[in-house]
Amino acid sequence: MSDFTMNADHPGLAMDRGVQGVLGAGLDRSEGALKVSGTARYGYEHLVEGEVAYGYLITAPAAKGKVTGIDTDAARALPDVLDIIVDDPRIPRQAAAFGPAHAGNDEIDHWDQVVGVAVATSFEAARAAAKAVRVHVAIEPGHFDTMADIDKASGPPKDSRLQDIAKGDIDAAMAQAAVTIDQVYTTPNHVHAAMEPHASVAIWEGDSLTLHSSLQILKVARPVLAKALGIADDKVRILSPYIGGGFGGKMLGPDAVLAAIAAQKLGRPVKIAMARRQLFHNVYRRTDTNQRIRLAATEDGKLLAVGHDSVVSQGPDGGFMEPVALGSISLYDAPVRHFSHKVVTLDMVMAGAVRAPGEAVGTLALETAMDEMAEALGRDPIDFRKLNEPKVDPMTGAPFSTRGLVACLDRGAEAFGWAKRSAQPGQVREGEWLIGMGVSAAVRINLLVDSEARVTLSPDGRARIETDMTDIGTGSYTILAQIAGEALGLPMERIDVILGDTDLPPGAGSGGSFGAASAGSSVALACEDIVATLAERMGAKAQDMTLKDGHAVAGNRRVPLAELVGDAPLVAMGKISQGSNARTFSQAAHGAQFAEVAVNAVTGEARVRRMLGVFEAGRILNAKLARSQAIGGMIWGIGYALMEEAVLDQRHGQFVNQDLGEYHVPSHADVPPLDVLFLEEIDTHANPIGVKGLGELSISGAGAAVTNAIYNACGVRVRDFPLTLDKILAGLPEM
Amino acid sequence: MHFTINGATHAVEPDIRASLLDVLREHLGLTGTKKGCDHGQCGACTVLVNGRRINACLTLAVMHQDDDILTIEGLGSAEHLHPLQAAFIKHDGYQCGYCTPGQICSAVGMLDEVAKGWPSHVSADLETVTLDGAEISERMSGNLCRCSAYPNIVDAIAEVAGAERA
Ligand code: FES
Ligand code: FES
Repeated sequence: MSDFTMNADHPGLAMDRGVQGVLGAGLDRSEGALKVSGTARYGYEHLVEGEVAYGYLITAPAAKGKVTGIDTDAARALPDVLDIIVDDPRIPRQAAAFGPAHAGNDEIDHWDQVVGVAVATSFEAARAAAKAVRVHVAIEPGHFDTMADIDKASGPPKDSRLQDIAKGDIDAAMAQAAVTIDQVYTTPNHVHAAMEPHASVAIWEGDSLTLHSSLQILKVARPVLAKALGIADDKVRILSPYIGGGFGGKMLGPDAVLAAIAAQKLGRPVKIAMARRQLFHNVYRRTDTNQRIRLAATEDGKLLAVGHDSVVSQGPDGGFMEPVALGSISLYDAPVRHFSHKVVTLDMVMAGAVRAPGEAVGTLALETAMDEMAEALGRDPIDFRKLNEPKVDPMTGAPFSTRGLVACLDRGAEAFGWAKRSAQPGQVREGEWLIGMGVSAAVRINLLVDSEARVTLSPDGRARIETDMTDIGTGSYTILAQIAGEALGLPMERIDVILGDTDLPPGAGSGGSFGAASAGSSVALACEDIVATLAERMGAKAQDMTLKDGHAVAGNRRVPLAELVGDAPLVAMGKISQGSNARTFSQAAHGAQFAEVAVNAVTGEARVRRMLGVFEAGRILNAKLARSQAIGGMIWGIGYALMEEAVLDQRHGQFVNQDLGEYHVPSHADVPPLDVLFLEEIDTHANPIGVKGLGELSISGAGAAVTNAIYNACGVRVRDFPLTLDKILAGLPEM
Repeated sequence: MHFTINGATHAVEPDIRASLLDVLREHLGLTGTKKGCDHGQCGACTVLVNGRRINACLTLAVMHQDDDILTIEGLGSAEHLHPLQAAFIKHDGYQCGYCTPGQICSAVGMLDEVAKGWPSHVSADLETVTLDGAEISERMSGNLCRCSAYPNIVDAIAEVAGAERA
């Protein structure tokens, strides 16, 4: 067992000495042929008609109240119906995050709450039965307006990543400074909208459950599911090898718990997929936010104060708080600093993690305010940011592990042609279209979590990597093989990667952009032990041995790995654990986002014409896949800037646009060609393999670059996201 | 009733409420075609019926007597990839892969529409259509990709179609 705790930098890995040339290369996704041919099997696709019964969730048409009765007679009388389950005390109210969701269906605390499941021999029959169930609710008035209940807000929960911070007197700083910005920015509720709905197939054998599902972090999902069902953890096996998108939303859904309950009751496998419309109210959302940004500066552009104070909402079950100011805390130098959060409880589905909790919405406000301040100072927005670049973490005084913000801004400015931007808004016109450019900083805190992997080198010279780590489209299958290939000197086709099975060593799972760093480090560490054994058998020091193309070379000998392995496979475990480096160094990934936008002078429509993201995210494990993750995040930024909004009906507490036709995510036509540049800097303070998170960094700042470009195009500043054309049009001059 | 799927005739007795999508996935085990919304709003379920792309979730199976249906499984296999499938791998036109079969089937149908000279909302000339990046993006907009691989998808399609990207 190669067990390493990040209390100091790792002294050096076999991977770093590798000469195989696979690490970092822009290789194709390992599982690509399975995905493009439709043969990769996602959770719901295990077992089909005849082998399995179908469940369809029954939900309540109210946001708040007591259930006075559930009328199931009509549903039970329909053909092919096996059961209507509404009386099991374990019925979960919604998706769980890190603990079991509140169970019980006697009280309704959010719209469309799950109260049971209809089970039938076909999907059509189950759906018809679920719709035939009448749920009677004594409706009570609910609370759905965050700002209306601001008086009842509480502070950050005790276990929140972010507590309130105040350094110096911000009111005094604002009163005395030569130039100030004090503005409120609002963002709406967002949903993950992964293309694959939450879905599960539950199969019992005796008292043991096998669940095929679509979950991001299996070592967390397993105990939560076991607890929800009232069984021991080791009676649950979860398989999740292919996941149709997660974005933070696939921790554990009611589909999993109810499929298990129904399969247990009926004594046969049951599958449940949540309907698209059900997902909007039964999977945690990203909260709406109300963000007050205060900036104070000297006349020559030095920041004196940064304040980022937010109001967010949460459902009655509480728990998570959107850490809106997370990225703001250490981004700019200023002696006075003020970051706070108020949490208002609403009768809505829980708020939880959506891609880049904190930075994704926090940068929309902070980086718009920075643009406003730069203009107030008469300074270029890039120069203004560079002027306020801290040398050490401005909050803790800790050194940065690496910090590439200025380099990203400079490199991006050059590549994007920033010098051509007119500082004065509304100066560039092409027919009906006004053209502008915008910039934003990008930042995302960097995390490492405990992760284990097993690597086996077989007598046939093939390597096998096993961990319950998941690949949610992030490229885990490919990058883990690249790490092992580089360390062991093996070409990609001689490495098998097995993921997404709780029978395997517990990996990091996918979330918080910690997957590649954590799971990757565990694989690299396991390879250390194998390399040590190979070196021993070569009679050489590991540092003096070269591994390439399945051979070990040391001294004058070149020996096939198969020969060195002999009859018994070499099996090694690697384990990485978080340590004091997380505190010794201030760790974050950085970047700079650039956008060129055209605003229609007649209609107010905004179209993104081109974008560039420049990122410093440590070592890049696969240039092609990293670029894909980056453009994905940047496109989410376009969505947050221009269109994404779950519109709440304040009377009933329901999202009125609860489908993909009305909740607008970016589509092909919304997205121009995008450019991505990486400024690679291996961050060995962060983890042994020197990588930092990327999937969330790339959404950070992307939206603000777009909206700052809108301002530069047409001179209209909208602080209420998303910037739909009606809001822009209201500020445009009369034709 | 019967229809042809990927060249083979199938006799089926579908529930009259069953969508073509659910019959493919749940009755015939052809799970390559995906369900993203069941509402005609995402394109994940795109298949080709008599050569034209449709959302299989928006059509009842019983409406397809004698129809010729092509799904992702019929287009190519992991061992013998269709050129579009190979181009999606090369250009990384996906991440999670869930929208991918729909994107690829949609692209096959879309390229046929272009070959027939059908204009789109962005066509400058209604008589002669020149395929470029903007045309591809416009015509593929019925296929959502939440991983947002859009630029790579367009690159993959442009390469296969021999179209200018910009
Ligand atoms: S599943 Fe058919 S369009 Fe979404
Ligand atoms: S690849 Fe994930 S939705 Fe398109």
